[in-house]
Amino acid sequence: MQYLHNIGTYFLMIIELFRKPTKWSVMRELILKDIDDLIIGSIGIVAFIAFFVGGVVTIQTALNIDNPLIPKELIGFATRQSILLEFAPTFMSIIMAGKVGSFITSSIGTMRVTEQIDALEVMGINSLNYLVFPKLVAMAFYPFVISIAMFLGVIGGLMACIYGGYASVDDFITGIQQEFEPFHIVYAFIKTFLFAFVLATIPSFHGYYMKGGALEVGKASTTSFVWTSVAIIIINYLATQLLLS
Amino acid sequence: MIEVKNLHKSFGEAHILKGISATFHQGQTNLIIGQSGSGKSVFLKCLLGLYSYEQGSIEYNGEIFADLSEDKKRDMRAKIGMVFQGSALFDSLTIEENVMFPLRMFTKLKKDEMRDRANIVLKRVNLEDAHNKMPSEASGGMQKRVAIARAIVNNPKYLFCDEPNSGLDPKTAIVIDNLIHEITEEYKITTVINTHDMNSVMEIGDHIMFLKDGLKAWEGSKDTIFRTDNEVVTDFVYSSNLFKKVREAIIKENK
Repeated sequence: MQYLHNIGTYFLMIIELFRKPTKWSVMRELILKDIDDLIIGSIGIVAFIAFFVGGVVTIQTALNIDNPLIPKELIGFATRQSILLEFAPTFMSIIMAGKVGSFITSSIGTMRVTEQIDALEVMGINSLNYLVFPKLVAMAFYPFVISIAMFLGVIGGLMACIYGGYASVDDFITGIQQEFEPFHIVYAFIKTFLFAFVLATIPSFHGYYMKGGALEVGKASTTSFVWTSVAIIIINYLATQLLLS
Repeated sequence: MIEVKNLHKSFGEAHILKGISATFHQGQTNLIIGQSGSGKSVFLKCLLGLYSYEQGSIEYNGEIFADLSEDKKRDMRAKIGMVFQGSALFDSLTIEENVMFPLRMFTKLKKDEMRDRANIVLKRVNLEDAHNKMPSEASGGMQKRVAIARAIVNNPKYLFCDEPNSGLDPKTAIVIDNLIHEITEEYKITTVINTHDMNSVMEIGDHIMFLKDGLKAWEGSKDTIFRTDNEVVTDFVYSSNLFKKVREAIIKENK
């Protein structure tokens, strides 16, 4: 019953965050600050993880191809497919649920505990619009982060291939170009937009509606990570079923 | 002036406010006192419109707050200043930006004008040198003064304070009390303070309301509270040895 109540509250929160908008001059600054915190601040870790995981995907693929009849181009092809379709949009979003999600929950949760949200409400400000809407707008730039992850994942794979001696550069690049379906990019970015929405709103929900003190802020961050990951996995399954099957 | 008539508020089965009526006059420091769990905080949150109530009414200068349209409620809230128990300063803003916040949200002033006004108010609370500090760099007393500055910067008609001197040493607490009292008289604000602190009662209680179990048990001023025969009030007021001795001294003096 509590789950249903929470789901209902979540959807009411989504409606509420578009009502009584904050003054544009203030909102603009909040959006820029959130772009800096959530998007620019994530590029470093995303680039690092994408580059090395791209390399690992290539090495694993190469090591599992021991049949001489299978062409070496398959390494590039498999790396591209893994990174574009699943690793960059989905795996990276789960990592972001930990990084961005925890940041959102703990920052809003701390504002709840220290009565800063009450202070906004007393002033007649729609606290959901003030706190959550800028995060939602900032996360609209999330596909930019995923594009970087896609690019660096493939580059990481190429580097691992060259330095590991698993295939030639030509073979790898031929593999990357083989049977390329432009719709796969569209599919990956549709998923990315859905994940961005989830990454902005579920952690905000857990932070905004939390009760208690500092300990509960920590608990809310953990719960938010779990539910954001669950939502990402379910959306990933549904989107794949709807768009690719 | 704020007029409360027959206010009832429940949470599920628990009946917290059981028909409270009160009038809070302009230019007066109105204190709400009572034991923990007596309904003080719920009463204050009803006054602020943070809680809805089942029965009764709250009028701000003759206008019933609950009946106002959303736009009018918003306008009304712009006339309200609030000092929270934990100050509730915005962590990500400097002290000056915190004070400028209501001006940014509710006025069309230019940035320089806002800054000037914020600095005037910061000077009023003796914090003219602290405007570039972050709230985390300020002491508890400074944070309270910043919260007061933020509450009064937009010239509010009503000022609400929830335990304004909790966690402060007695000397700083008196400074905060006197500051609120002076500001109330100076700007002719209707001030309502929720407190446990008997020092505040003695210092600034122009009008005092004592709550017990969701009911108004007594009403008076700092001059009458020490002479009352109401047992419920005397139990609360003289619960500390210090005040017991004060009472004995007063009685001795009167004899």
